[in-house]
Order: sequence, then C-alpha cells, then structure tokens
Amino acid sequence: MIRFEAASKTYPDGTIAVDALDLVAPSGQITVLVGPSGCGKTTSLRMINRMIDATGGRILLDDQDIGKVEPAELRRGIGYVIQHAGLFPHRTIIDNIASVPIMLGRKKKQARADAMELLERVGLDQKFAHRYPVQLSGGQQQRVGVARALAADPPVMLMDEPFSAVDPVVREQLQDEFLRLQGELGKTIVFVTHDIDEAIKLGDQVAVLRVGGRLAQMATPAELLSNPIDDFVANFVGRDRGYRALGFEVVGALPLEPEPTVALSSSFDQAARAAQDGWILVLDDARRPQGWLAVDDGPAPGSEAINPVTLRRGGTVADVDGTYRAVLDAALSSPTGRGVVVDRDGAFAGTINATQVVELIESRGVAS
Amino acid sequence: MIAAADSPSSASSSPWHFFGYFMDHRSEDLGWLWTHAWLSVVPVIVGLLIALPLGWLSRRYGWLYPPMMSITGLLYTIPSIALFVLVPPLLGLSSLDPLQVPIALTVYSVALLVRVVADGLASVPDEVNQAATAIGYTRARRLFTVELPVAVPVIAAGLRVATVSNVSMVAIAGTIGLSNLGQLFQIGKDLSTPTAYYPPIVLGIVLCVLLALVLDSVILLLTRLATPWRRAVAAR
Ligand SMILES: Nc1ncnc2c1ncn2[C@@H]1O[C@H](COP(=O)(O)OP(=O)(O)OP(=O)(O)O)[C@@H](O)[C@H]1O
Ligand SMILES: [Mg+2]
Repeated sequence: MIRFEAASKTYPDGTIAVDALDLVAPSGQITVLVGPSGCGKTTSLRMINRMIDATGGRILLDDQDIGKVEPAELRRGIGYVIQHAGLFPHRTIIDNIASVPIMLGRKKKQARADAMELLERVGLDQKFAHRYPVQLSGGQQQRVGVARALAADPPVMLMDEPFSAVDPVVREQLQDEFLRLQGELGKTIVFVTHDIDEAIKLGDQVAVLRVGGRLAQMATPAELLSNPIDDFVANFVGRDRGYRALGFEVVGALPLEPEPTVALSSSFDQAARAAQDGWILVLDDARRPQGWLAVDDGPAPGSEAINPVTLRRGGTVADVDGTYRAVLDAALSSPTGRGVVVDRDGAFAGTINATQVVELIESRGVAS
Repeated sequence: MIAAADSPSSASSSPWHFFGYFMDHRSEDLGWLWTHAWLSVVPVIVGLLIALPLGWLSRRYGWLYPPMMSITGLLYTIPSIALFVLVPPLLGLSSLDPLQVPIALTVYSVALLVRVVADGLASVPDEVNQAATAIGYTRARRLFTVELPVAVPVIAAGLRVATVSNVSMVAIAGTIGLSNLGQLFQIGKDLSTPTAYYPPIVLGIVLCVLLALVLDSVILLLTRLATPWRRAVAAR
C-alpha cells in the first residue's frame, strides 16, 4: 500500500506542483491519477520512487517512510514505465528486459531465460529477442518497457502515460493486455494518464487532480461517473457520463423474450415460415447467433438454402451477465430492435428490446 | 641512383619519383612513419582520458559548460607551431624533449574532445536516462553502462577528427627538427636550392594521407564493432 500524507512538492522556482496530497493506493489494485496537463501527476508519481523528493509531508510504502530508504534501493522494488518506453538503445530487447535482474546479481543466462518468458507474457514473439529497440514499433517498444519493469517482479509498478504515444487501436490492445496481466499478477499500481476514458477503463479507483496539485475527488470509476463531487470533476469526466456509467453496472436478471431461430443449415422455406415480423435469427451448430435473416432478401441464388451473404451481422451481442450499457447497445444495434443476449458459452439465450432496457435502467434509479 | 638525394638530377626531381625516393631511404622513412603514427594516436588517447571527466563535469554542472567551452575553444586557436615552441619553457623541458610534441598535441585533443564528450552525453535521450535512474541504477553505473555506450557514436566521430588533425600537426613539428614525416618536407625544402626537388615533399604528403586514412579506418572499424546497434538503426 502506498500512502501520501500531506505530500507536497514546491519546485525551486516556486511552482507548487503538488499541494498537501492525501491519497491511498491500496495493495494489489490499480490507482489512476488523472487530471489536466500540468496538474502534478508526474510529480506525484515520481515522488513515490524518489526521482523527485517531496518538500513537505511524507509518503509511506507498506508503512515505511520512503524518505528513509536509499533511492537506488527503493527503486529496485518499484517498476517504472514511461511514455516513450525509454529502452536502452544499445541493448537488445532481451538484455533490456534482463537489466534489473542482472543488476541485482542474477546469472546472465538465467536472467535471459526469464526475460524470454516475460517477452511472451507481454504478448511479443520471441523472434524480437535479439533485435534492438529501434527495430520495434512504438507499441512493441512499450510492451518491452512493461516487461523490463516487471522483470525483477517488483510488488509496485508506477506507470506514466505508458500508452498515450501509440495509436488508438494499439492503445486499446495494450490496455486490454495490461488488465489481463494485472489479473494474473495483482501488483500495486499507480497509473498516470490525462485521458479520463483510460482512467475509467483501467482504474480500480481514480484520483482526479486539479491544477496546483490538489486532489479533487478519489472514487471508483462508477462513483465518479454517477456522482462527481463538483463542476470541475463533472466537466472533466465529460458530457455523456450518464451513459458511460451504465457500463459499470451489471443488470442481473434480464427479462428475456423467446425468439424463433433456425440453424444455418436449414432451408430458406423453413426459415421463412418460422420468421417473426419478417425476421428470423440464424444460429450455428453450437447455437451461437450468426445474424438476422430478412425474409424479403430471398434464398441464395439458384438454391433453396439460406443465403449467408445476406445475413445482417452488424448488431452487438450482450452477455446474460452484461452491463446495462452492453444490453442497451445490443438492443439499439439490432436491425429488428430486439437485442440478442447469449449465455456464458456464447449460445443464444433470448432477446430484449430497448424499451425494456430503459425501463430496467429507470427502475434501477428508483431502487438505489 | 643511390645518391639521388645528394645530387638531384633533373629526371628524378619529377614529383612522381617519390616512390623511388622512398625505396632509397626506406628504413629512415619507415622509422619516421612509425613515430608519426604514435605521435598522432597517443595524445588522442591521453586527451580522451582527460576530456572524459571534464566533459562529464560540464554536463553534470550546467554552469560549467559555457566557460569550459570558451577555454577549450581558445586553446584550439593557438597556432600549433607556437604551442610546440611554448611547451618546453612553460613546463621546464629542454627544447626537442621527446615529450614536447605529445604534450602540445594532448592539449589540442583535450580542447577538441571536452566538447565532444559533453555533447555526446547530451545526445543520450532524456527518457533513456530517466529509465536508467528509475530501475535503480546508481549514477556511476548509469554513466558507464548506459550514457557512455550510447554516446560512443558522437565521441568516436570526435576521435576521428582529433586523430586526423593530429597527423597534420605532427608533420608541422617535424619541420622544427623533430623526427617524423615532417622531416621529409624539411629535406625537400633544403634540396630545392637552386632547383625545385619534389620527391621527398610528395612522399611526405602521400605517407601523411595514407597514415590519416589508415588511422581513420581503424577508428571507424572499432566504432562499428563497439556499436552493433547502430547498424540496426541504419538498416531500419
Ligand atoms: N523541474 C521543474 N521545475 C519547475 N517546475 C516544474 C518542474 N517540473 C514540473 N514543473 C511544474 O510543475 C507542475 C506539475 O508538473 P507535472 O509534470 O507533474 O505535470 P503533469 O500533471 O504530469 O502534466 P502532463 O499531463 O502535461 O504530463 C507544472 O506546472 C510544471 O510546469
Ligand atoms: Mg506528466
């Protein structure tokens, strides 16, 4: 656990970057620091590994005052990932990852073997092992940066906008893999970003800072979206926060409607006879939804079979354990207005329409 | 033909006769070449050893950089012949002391390399230094295992300039009587009365250029071996 106790940083030129910050980052969880540019996120993060020394208050790591620990010693138990990865350009990927274990005196051979494993763990092919950093894309370099920070298995990880220099598609991949990895490793993570969506996606709790390094609000993502403490936080969290908050609440019991279905292998005639309002849901052999068939589209040319080309596959599919947002999206994106819901194995469970979902959302509001 | 240098004939005074001249005075010329090579290389190595801490200091303490660059820049503007002549009295050596030339050239090399080392260290990307600090490297470990290796390309480029310019400055020392390839220019001048006699002069130029090329290639080769990661940059 990391605890800021009225920690402050005033730079020599008088800039107050962090002002009496009280904050707890619980063990095994992701705490995100988010806020506008210049609000003191990087400064706060670097005070934890003493790359910047606090000028007031103190910071405790597992109840020990970090001000009393030798900086180099302290840093060896804290992984650190920065925006442009900061890989050592003169070392191969494998040697970059093995840097910390080798510094700690582990045998080179063992350190490299471990590094190989880590490479795979962060989703990189082992063929990259003997390349140099310039030969990797930005996203790949960032993965290596994460692997290097993890190499000595530090209990704490500090991450300063690690995914913000890559394009949105890669960023999303990196975020998903990061969450998967954290699910396996359970590190104590402090994660800095200026992107509220990233904060809400990744954080177990989110600390919103305002310029001048003051804490505006510390809350879970759902709480932050549904109950911002003041206008600053509300504006920062964004306009469609009501809708986004729906992404954090699982509906629970869904009032599903039955829906006639046919197998992909059935004839077009069978499908047309079973159709409801001119639409029929087509399933594969494992009863997984394949798409909606419009009776008007007719059979495959020159045959009696269902034409797989005309199936409408655009709608999203919600899980029975899905959030309000996922279920609502399934209903809204379905060409029939009937949202497709599947069970845990991906097999068709039933449908629900948007009116029903909105009723659920409203009754939720009344109940809580 | 054996006495070509003593009684130059009009046929052998052609500039192209330098090879014949070389064959006639082989052992003496090779001796000079050898000394010339040492005089060019050793001051650069000693100069680098002195410039490394100075360059590091002027990088570490920002306020040192401007005065350090002014002083080393000024040193470099002193004409080499003046420095050769001034070194013995300043250091209490006899003139024509064997250390006279290496000391003067070391001064030049330091003057050139302090800036090169400081700029080389400055060429290390900020995030690389931060990453090294953040993973728990001590300052010394960071300097020797990250900053200096990453600065090698910049420092090596400076070493090449220093070495090649030393080759020409050693030759100037030869003209004031120290034994190296510069002597060939002195001999050529002495033999050019009453009529011009080129072979020793051309030979001096050819050997100096060859020496510079060889030394330059050796540094280039060593740099390549020391920086395999640079080839990855080039092949990108
Ligand atoms: N070395 C320094 N000297 C003086 N002021 C500084 C220094 N470093 C940062 N600051 C100032 O402290 C404040 C906080 O900086 P910090 O880097 O922590 O912000 P940040 O929240 O990480 O911003 P960004 O999102 O742009 O990275 C800023 O006003 C910045 O200008
Ligand atoms: Mg920052």
